[in-house]
Amino acid sequence: MRLHDFRGGVHPPSQKHLSAGRPIESLPLPSRLYIPLQQHAGAPALPVVAVGQQVGKGELLARAQGATSAPLHAPSSGRIAAIGEFTAPHASGLPLPTIILETDGEERWAERESLPDPFELSPEEVARRVGAAGIVGMGGANFPAAVKLSKARQAGVHTLVINGAECEPYVTCDDQLMRERAGEIADGIAIMLHALQASHAVVAIENNKPEAVEAMSDACRHDARIEVLSLPSRYPAGSAKQLIQLLTGLETPAGGRGTDTGLLVHNVGTAYAAHRALRHDRPLISRIVTVSGGAVPEPRNLEVPIGALAADLLAYCGGVSDESARLLMGGPMMGQPLPGPQVPVIKGTNGILALTPDEIGEASEPSPCIRCGRCVEACPMGLLPLELSKRARGEDWEGIQALGLSDCMSCGSCAYVCPSHIPLPQYFAYARDMLAAQRREEQKARRTRELMEQRQARFERQERAKAEAAAQRRAAKKPRTAVLEADED
Amino acid sequence: MNSNSLAGAPHAHDQDSVPRLMSAVLLAILPATLYGLVLFGWPALNLLVVTVLVGLACEAGCLWLAGRPIRSGIMDGSALLTGVLLALSLPPWAPWWIGAVGAGFAIVVGKQVFGGTGQNIFNPAMLARVMLLVSFPVEMTTWLEPHLWWSGTSPGWLEGWLITFGHSTATDGVTGATILGYARTELGMNHSLSQILPGHYQAGAAALGWTGGSLGETAEWLVLLGGLWLLWRRVITWYIPVGMLGAMLVLASGFHLLDPQRFADPGLHLLSGGLMMGAFFIATDPVTSPISSLGQVVFGIGCGALVYIIRTWGGYPEGVAFAVVLMNAATPLIDHYIRPRAYGRTWSGKPRPVPAGAKQPPPLARKSGVDSRD
Amino acid sequence: MIAAMMTLTMLGSLLGLLLSLAARFFQVPSDALREDIMELLPGVNCGQCGYPGCGGAADALVAGTAAPTLCPPGGAALARTLAAKLGRALDASGGPPLLAEIDESLCIGCAHCGKLCATDAIIGAPKQIHVVLQEACTGCGVCVEVCPTECLQLRPQKPTFDSWCWPKPALVGV
Repeated sequence: MRLHDFRGGVHPPSQKHLSAGRPIESLPLPSRLYIPLQQHAGAPALPVVAVGQQVGKGELLARAQGATSAPLHAPSSGRIAAIGEFTAPHASGLPLPTIILETDGEERWAERESLPDPFELSPEEVARRVGAAGIVGMGGANFPAAVKLSKARQAGVHTLVINGAECEPYVTCDDQLMRERAGEIADGIAIMLHALQASHAVVAIENNKPEAVEAMSDACRHDARIEVLSLPSRYPAGSAKQLIQLLTGLETPAGGRGTDTGLLVHNVGTAYAAHRALRHDRPLISRIVTVSGGAVPEPRNLEVPIGALAADLLAYCGGVSDESARLLMGGPMMGQPLPGPQVPVIKGTNGILALTPDEIGEASEPSPCIRCGRCVEACPMGLLPLELSKRARGEDWEGIQALGLSDCMSCGSCAYVCPSHIPLPQYFAYARDMLAAQRREEQKARRTRELMEQRQARFERQERAKAEAAAQRRAAKKPRTAVLEADED
Repeated sequence: MNSNSLAGAPHAHDQDSVPRLMSAVLLAILPATLYGLVLFGWPALNLLVVTVLVGLACEAGCLWLAGRPIRSGIMDGSALLTGVLLALSLPPWAPWWIGAVGAGFAIVVGKQVFGGTGQNIFNPAMLARVMLLVSFPVEMTTWLEPHLWWSGTSPGWLEGWLITFGHSTATDGVTGATILGYARTELGMNHSLSQILPGHYQAGAAALGWTGGSLGETAEWLVLLGGLWLLWRRVITWYIPVGMLGAMLVLASGFHLLDPQRFADPGLHLLSGGLMMGAFFIATDPVTSPISSLGQVVFGIGCGALVYIIRTWGGYPEGVAFAVVLMNAATPLIDHYIRPRAYGRTWSGKPRPVPAGAKQPPPLARKSGVDSRD
Repeated sequence: MIAAMMTLTMLGSLLGLLLSLAARFFQVPSDALREDIMELLPGVNCGQCGYPGCGGAADALVAGTAAPTLCPPGGAALARTLAAKLGRALDASGGPPLLAEIDESLCIGCAHCGKLCATDAIIGAPKQIHVVLQEACTGCGVCVEVCPTECLQLRPQKPTFDSWCWPKPALVGV
C-alpha cells in the first residue's frame, strides 16, 4: 500500500527508551478498586449491584444506558463497599459517580457460558458481544466499540485500520502488547473483520517500533487480508484523521465521520479485547498501562485492573522521586493533568506519567505572540492557531467558530513549536467550554420561559374553571326559584 | 484545585524561544556589521552604539509607562535587533541625532504605540528609515567611499567623535554617491549605462563589498551567508527571500534584455543597495509578514517587484525601505485571503466530500509485511 | 484668496445648516429597537424586573435606565443578548449564577414559597419539606424573601463534572 502524507505535525523526542521493551508485568491486586460509571463517550452506565453485594471477577456491575453507552464489569472478585462519588481522573478534580469494590484477593471468576465459534455468529451478534463485554475504544476517545462496528458495517466500510502508531512520547503500552501478544491481536482483527464484513485490514505501526512490526507481521502472515505497514514516525500520525490521510490520501469531511472514507480505525488494544471477549468470554476489566517519566525511578509496562489508583501504579514503580513533578494521564502532548495520584485508572488510560519541569520545558511566563507562523505550519488540520487564540482571548465566540474551532482536535502541535510558549490548546478548551456553557444557558432560558408560560396557562385554566363552576351554580339555582315562585302562586 | 496552577496540554515544548530567535538573527548579521565597521571606522561604531542605546532606553521607558515588566521586555531582544538593523541602514558617518531620532521613532511610534512586541503593523526600523529619509534628505543621502579602519585615511577615535557628535566637516571631500544614486542621476541626464558604469561599478568589488553605502549594504556576501545560516537554523523560512530575490531577478533580467543601456543588469541590482539584507533580515520580520507560506511568497514577490519599480522609475534611488513598508500594509489583506486549506474542507471552507470513486479497498501489497515506504 | 476663503466658508455653513435641519425634521422615530427587545424578552409579564410588564422593561432598556441584567428568567444568556443589542457593556459579573437552595433541617412546610415561584421550581406540600429543582430555578430571589425560617438561601451554583470549564489562560506581557 502506497503511503501518502499529512500536513504539519511535529517531532517531539520520543523518550520511549525509558520503558520500551520492558515486559508486561501484572500489578499486584490493590485492596480497593474505584470504577467510575462514566469511562466512555455517551451516557453513563447504571449500577445493577447493591452495596454489600459479593461479586465475582467479570460480573456485571453496571449496565449500558441507551444505545451509546457501555457496561462495566468487576475487575476482580470482592464486595461492593460503596456506590458514591470519587475523584475523576480529570483536570478539574471533580467527583464522578463511582463503584468502590473491596477485593478479597481470590480472583474468583463469575459464571461463564461456553463459547461458540465467533465466525459462525452473525456480524450483528459479534458486535453485540463486543458491546456486552464493555469494550470501548482504548486509544483515547473511548467510544463504545460495538456502536462503531455496527455503524461502520451499515456504512459499508471496506478496510479496518488497526492503529498501532502510538505517536505520543513515553507511552509504550501498545508497543509491548504487539510484541508479546501479536497472535491474539491477529485473531481479534479477524473477528472484527467478520463483524464489519470488511475485506481488508491494515495494521499501521510507526517505524520506531521495529520489533512490534516484526511480531505483527509474523502473526498476520497466515491471513492474506491483513497487511502490516510501517509508518514514518511523526506526531500525530496516530490520530484517526491523519492516519486515514496517510494511508489513502482521503480526508474525513469536516463534520462527517471517518467511515465516510470507507475506513474504520480501531486501536490494537481494542482488537485484543475483542479476542478476549469472543474467544474467552472475558469482559474488559484490565489493560496495559505505561508508567514512565523522569520522576519515576523504575518505568514499566503494567497490566492493571480497571479501577486501580494511579498511586498504586506509581508505588509499584518506585514512587515519584521529584516533588515538583507533574502527574499526567496519557501522553505529554494531549494528556490530562491529574489533581493528584489518588485517581483511578479507567478503560482509556494508556499511560501514567510523572514529568520533571525540565522534561516539560515550559517557560515560566508566556510572552506575546510574534506571528512567526510556526503554529500554522505545524497544525495537522490546516487551521490558524494564533488567530483562534486571539479570538478566544477577546471572547469573540462567533469569530472563533468561523475560523474552524470545531475542526481542532487539540493535538498540541501548535503549542509545542510556539517560541512564545503560549498555551494555545488551553485557549481552545476555554473557548469550547464557554460556548458549551452559553448553549446550556440558552437551553435553560428557553426551559424557564416554557415553565413560566405553562404556569400562566395553568392559572388561566384555574380561573376559567372557577368561573365556569360559579356560572353553573348560578344556572342550577334559577330553576328552583322558578318552581318556588310557581308554588307560591 | 488551584486553577492558577492548572496547566493544560501539551506538557512538552520545543526548545526555541523568542530571545533565542532574536539572538540567532543578531549573530547572523554580526559578520556583515563588523565588516561594515572595518570599512567605515570609528564614526560608524559611534552611530551604531548611539542608535542601539537610544532604542533600548525608549523601549524601557515605554514599558515603564505602560506598567509592563521591563526586564523581560528588554531581554527578548527585539528592541536591540531593531536598533542594529536601523543603524545598518543609515549613512555610516551620519550625525548622532539621526540615529537617536530614528531609534526613538522606531521604538515609540513604530512599535510601542501599537501595543508592543507582536502588535506593530510596520517594520519599525524601516518605518524610521523612511521618516528620516523624508525629513532629513541631505543627511540621509550623504554617502562616502570606504576607508579601512587601519588605513591612514580613516579618522582616529577623537576625529570620529567629532564627526558623529560635533560639527566636523571631515565628510567634505570624502563623500561619494552610491552606484544606484550615481546611475540614477546620470540616467536622468540621458547617459547610457555603458557610459555610466565603467570606473564606478565593478561586479567583483561590489560582491566583496568594497562600495559606498550604508553599513549593511556593503558586504552582500556576508549578509547572504548570514541569511543562509538563518535558513538552515530554521529561524526564517525560504519563502520571502526567494520571492523577493526571485522577483527582482526576473524583472531586472527582463528589462535589461529589453534595453541594456537603460536598465541595469540583474547582477548590479542584486549586489547593490539593501536588497540582500532586506530579503533575509528585514522583510522576514515575523510580526509584519504573512503567516502562511503562500502568503509569504506573495509578500516576497511584492517586495522585490516594488524595489525594482522604485529604483527604476520612482523618486528615490533605493527602494527597499519603501517596498517593505508598503507590503507590510498589505500583510493583513494577504493573511485574510491566503489561508491554508483546512483538513476535510474545500478552499472555500465548506466540508469536502469524499470523491465518489475513492471508496475502493486499496490494493494489497505483496505479503512482505515490512516497510512499504522508507 | 479672500474670495476662495469666503466661498468655502459660506458653502460649509450652508451645508451644515441643511444637515441640522434634516436631522431635526426628517428624523425617523426608531421604534424598531423597542420591538426587537420585546421579541427577546420572555413576554410573560411576571414583573420581577420591577417594571410594568415586559413592555415597561423594554422602554426602560431603550431609555437606558435599566441594566441588561434586569430579567431573572432570561438568565445570563438574555443579559448577553440584550447587552449586545443595546451596544452596552455587560459588567463582567464573574462567578457562577446564584440559585435557591433549601436547608431541609429548617423547613417547616409553611408552603409560602412554592406559590410564588414563577417557574414552579419548588416542590412541596403543606407540612412537607420542600425542595428546589435547580434546573428550573432562575435565582430571582422572591422565595427567599417570604421564607419565615430563612431556610431558603441563594447560593452559587456548584460546578458539576459536566459544567466545569477550563480557566482562561493569564494575559501575556501584563
